Amino acid sequence: MSNIKRRDFLKISAGLAAGAAGGVPLLAEAQGQTWKPEKGAKLRVLRWKRFVQGDEDVWMKNTAEFAKRTGVEVRVDSESWEDVRPKAAVAANVGSGPDIILSTFDDANLYPEKLLDVTDLADYLGKKYGGWYDVCRQYLQPGGKRWIGLPLGCAGNAFVYRISQMKEAGFDSFPRDTAGFLKLCQALKAKNHPIGFALGNATGDGNTWTHWLVWSFGGKLVDEKNNVVVDSPQTLQALEYAKELYQTFVPGTLAWLDPNNNKAFLDDQISVTENGISIYYAAKNSQDPKIKAMAADIGHANLPIGPVGRPTELHLFFNQMIFKYTKYPNAAKEYLRFMMEKEQYEPWQQASIGYVTHPLKAYESNPIWTVDPKHTPYRDCMKIMLPNGYSGKLGYASAQCMADFIVVNMVAEAASGSKTPKEAAERAQKRAERYYKGLTRDFLSPLAGRGIG
Amino acid sequence: MHRLLDNRTALGLAFMLPAAALLLVFLTYPLGLGLWLGFTDARIGRAGHWVGMENFESLFDDSLARLSLFNTLFYTVVASVVKFGLGLWLALLLNRHLPFKAMIRAVVLLPFIVPTALSAIAFWWIYDAQFSVVSWLLVKMGLIDRYIDFLGEPWMARFSTIAANIWRGVPFVAICLLAGLQTIAPSLYEAAALDGATEWQKFRHVTLPLLTPIIAVVMTFSVLFTFTDFQLIYVLTRGGPLNATHLMATLSFQRAIPGGNLGEGAALATAMVPFLLAAILFSYFGLQRRAWQQGGGDK
Repeated sequence: MSNIKRRDFLKISAGLAAGAAGGVPLLAEAQGQTWKPEKGAKLRVLRWKRFVQGDEDVWMKNTAEFAKRTGVEVRVDSESWEDVRPKAAVAANVGSGPDIILSTFDDANLYPEKLLDVTDLADYLGKKYGGWYDVCRQYLQPGGKRWIGLPLGCAGNAFVYRISQMKEAGFDSFPRDTAGFLKLCQALKAKNHPIGFALGNATGDGNTWTHWLVWSFGGKLVDEKNNVVVDSPQTLQALEYAKELYQTFVPGTLAWLDPNNNKAFLDDQISVTENGISIYYAAKNSQDPKIKAMAADIGHANLPIGPVGRPTELHLFFNQMIFKYTKYPNAAKEYLRFMMEKEQYEPWQQASIGYVTHPLKAYESNPIWTVDPKHTPYRDCMKIMLPNGYSGKLGYASAQCMADFIVVNMVAEAASGSKTPKEAAERAQKRAERYYKGLTRDFLSPLAGRGIG
Repeated sequence: MHRLLDNRTALGLAFMLPAAALLLVFLTYPLGLGLWLGFTDARIGRAGHWVGMENFESLFDDSLARLSLFNTLFYTVVASVVKFGLGLWLALLLNRHLPFKAMIRAVVLLPFIVPTALSAIAFWWIYDAQFSVVSWLLVKMGLIDRYIDFLGEPWMARFSTIAANIWRGVPFVAICLLAGLQTIAPSLYEAAALDGATEWQKFRHVTLPLLTPIIAVVMTFSVLFTFTDFQLIYVLTRGGPLNATHLMATLSFQRAIPGGNLGEGAALATAMVPFLLAAILFSYFGLQRRAWQQGGGDK
């Protein structure tokens, strides 16, 4: 009852805000909508700390340009991406803090009622730039209703490999399916070029590749109705595969956290890993001639397709949330609009050599993706990714299962042989049920209505 | 007003008020809030409702929570026993007349002074599966032929994290016990020597009994610090491999903050309290209340 009331109120207030804003556009843009910043508006933005320097430089440059044009003072703070999540949650909890937070994954689905409705902004940008990729709606337009945040993109991952070592192992091109990939890894191992993927409690690298693996065989934590279905024949198949793949791993991956694979790859200890474009970036800009030379030998490939026959990737999704407590909702919207427009977004993407994959289809034509063919695989990350929590609804349970490393632990247990695939899947099933069953009573926000998938 | 100021009781209460307020605001309130949250289903961004023992029941069924309890007990017991042994030994050595005594004592404290997060990062490199300096050295010396997987194998990881904890904790135990040793009057040792006591007997019947009150205090603190350790594990393993090093504190954080389930995280933290109380009571009743310390005769 109270929810209906609140939602109605939202509609009314959003309508009022849009009406008030649309009336007097401050920035006389050639086309498109603008939001008039409130008088004396100041914004505080909290974002995840850059992975590549160019990102921060151009982000700040764009912000300065926004301040110059609108007179709105913007302060940008950044924190390591894993620290943004608790800070955002606290801001939501206490009702004060940064006006805008750039966060990750399903954060917005944890406190949708604390976030400003940005449907008008999302509609405007979507119309102007060829539409949003599906995954954006799954994350930020729960139930197909209002937009609770604005997608920023994702830090795309791809398989990063050594071209010369792949050729040495007898492969001319990188395999496109999981069966071929296993053969490649076995051949690489035989040539003493092990591969390495994080199997420790690595929030980014551990989660992304293990989810891909399980999904690629048709396994998944939950179905469309949030029933836990991970203990399935498909999952077992995936875990058997993981076991074989693990035989080709470098020692120590059970302890790997996010930075380990970058270090090992750049030190020539592994031939394949999963990562963002940052390894290539680091090699290309290295002062060490040996590492710089490695850049030419680095190849990128999208994650192979498994028996399900379609891509099943997970990437670090970035959202932009405006909190309802902000005193300057229009200034905040205008800031996000400005940053997402082509004139700002594309140079920003270029400066981070494509570390961030765009959420809007029109940006596929950004020359950054074709200027160096090695960038191209990262272009499609948003197009082909699935949300964490696939194929159920996003919310507390999906966030908790990922934060608790249930899929990572399951794959690690089975791969390392510490448990049989069956035992590992059963344990994951029990662990996931604790969240999905225990929380059904209250975690399903009325706004997170529609199934995803 | 005058009469009130003349009243010793009222005045005493008034003087205690600031301290009491500080304790209430900064200790009692957060502790109480933490305990209360453990009995609610609070999530980040949403106030909780009272759910009674539900969190605890659910944790009891959770294999990961049970594993973290085992890990925490193992970690605390092994690390504390070794820290006590090494600390006492170091204190006895430092209590002798050594050249550069003051300097050595200062140096010994270093591991304790370095911020844990920093020393943990140093250990992270030392234990790295690919870049460990220890493995590198041993390989160069021809003693091993492949790098040691310090953090990649469950039991190995448990002992590696315990070793890092010991390295950090020994100075605290040693310096405190050294302070205790220095309060023991030399005349007691002289008297014992006159009675023909051996070194062992002097230690057993003079040093140890007089040191027990300090030992009780130091080891209580040491156990509390170890039981609630967080930083070291968070930097080194995040609880991996296969959750073999997840302590209750790290799991509590993982559930409460990245996982967003404040209630369950608080419940896990609350579940640590009985163990901590038991440690305190043990040291209080077991070590401190000897009859002779209360002025009674030795039995």
